[in-house]
Amino acid sequence: MSEITAVTQDTFEKEVLQASTPVLVDFWAPWCVPCRALALVLEAVAKEYAGKIKFAKVNVDEHPALASKYGIVSIPSLFLFKNGTVAENLVGYISDRDLRAKLQPHAG
Amino acid sequence: MARECMRHHDLVIIGGGATGMTAGVYAARARMDVLVLEALLPGGQLNNADLIENYPGFPEGIMATDLVELMEKQARRFGVKIERAEVEVLQPRENDFLLQTSAGDICAGAVIVCTGGQHKHLGVPGEREFAGKGVSYCATCDGPLFREREIVVVGGGNTAIDEALFLARFARRVFVVHRRDQLRAEKILQEQAFANPKIEFLWSSVVTEIRGKEFVEGVMLRNLKTGESRLLAAGAVFIAIGMQPTVGFLPDGVARDDFGFIITDRSMRTSAPGLFAAGDVVSGSARQLTTGVGEATIAVLSAQQYLDSTSAKKT
Repeated sequence: MSEITAVTQDTFEKEVLQASTPVLVDFWAPWCVPCRALALVLEAVAKEYAGKIKFAKVNVDEHPALASKYGIVSIPSLFLFKNGTVAENLVGYISDRDLRAKLQPHAG
Repeated sequence: MARECMRHHDLVIIGGGATGMTAGVYAARARMDVLVLEALLPGGQLNNADLIENYPGFPEGIMATDLVELMEKQARRFGVKIERAEVEVLQPRENDFLLQTSAGDICAGAVIVCTGGQHKHLGVPGEREFAGKGVSYCATCDGPLFREREIVVVGGGNTAIDEALFLARFARRVFVVHRRDQLRAEKILQEQAFANPKIEFLWSSVVTEIRGKEFVEGVMLRNLKTGESRLLAAGAVFIAIGMQPTVGFLPDGVARDDFGFIITDRSMRTSAPGLFAAGDVVSGSARQLTTGVGEATIAVLSAQQYLDSTSAKKT
């Protein structure tokens, strides 16, 4: 079972903005190759943060309005939401190790 | 201090690109106890390629990502285990190899290195943005896509000139942009390039930016001697400033050439017994899918012979 929740235009408010923990959102698209490599990283790292940080993903092809709301021009783009606002923004592929370093301060 | 191995395989293949996956398939079909380790994404450099038209069996060409999918499916069919791990250190020991990886220690009777390399980047704006949209690191791969266009080649070595000569067959014009006023390439290649009416040299120049809308439309050039900048219209930019082999994990004792690529014999044996290499990481590689997968086959056969002979000695 995937640790990563697929979020839509409709569920974004509840799943991300109103979540009780920080949420790391992966903005991706099926045709984007670095997105695939990043997906493997996220699958591995998500398990380590179960209960502390929620992992979610948004397919920008299916939800372009959501992508443009957050000004996404390059994918993959990772946004860390805390209490409904963007606390961290990472563009491009990131390794397991580097991602953990970015998430650790927010794991609380 | 000897590290104990919780995990041991007869054969470990480092690298899960086309070369590594092919080695995996051959090893699995030979009923070898084999493990393929891939640090990023199965398919390796294929993940950055577009339409593959020179791999035999595909008269209409095949999309690189489709080919990767097929190779993975084939590997799965034969039970090849491809594990996500990065090899940090490879240590030859008396009777085996110890691999320190991001997923823990793994020991192997024999190892095939299929880690390929990375094309050196210019590091200029537009380079990443237009990857696959006019920026390329492989003329034989993408050249034919730019027939009758103006093409820029960046570099001054053998690869750059080889590529310029190849591209001149398709292009309207080829501009070779080199930061010095002399080429490093072999004289014979230089002669051919200078004699080619389609090839023009822009000396002491560098590309400072790659521009375009959806696809590449031009490059900003700066002349290092005069300081002048100008925009050169072009439909493609081939960057040929060198390749860096992925060999950081190798011990110093393994013979490599001046550029760091692994030296092998025709049986894909390296200077370390039980250690083999195949694909782009090998010195003198033609860097094609066909040569990589061919070398993978040979490396597995050699590894098999090696394992048979070392186990024969033990009994």
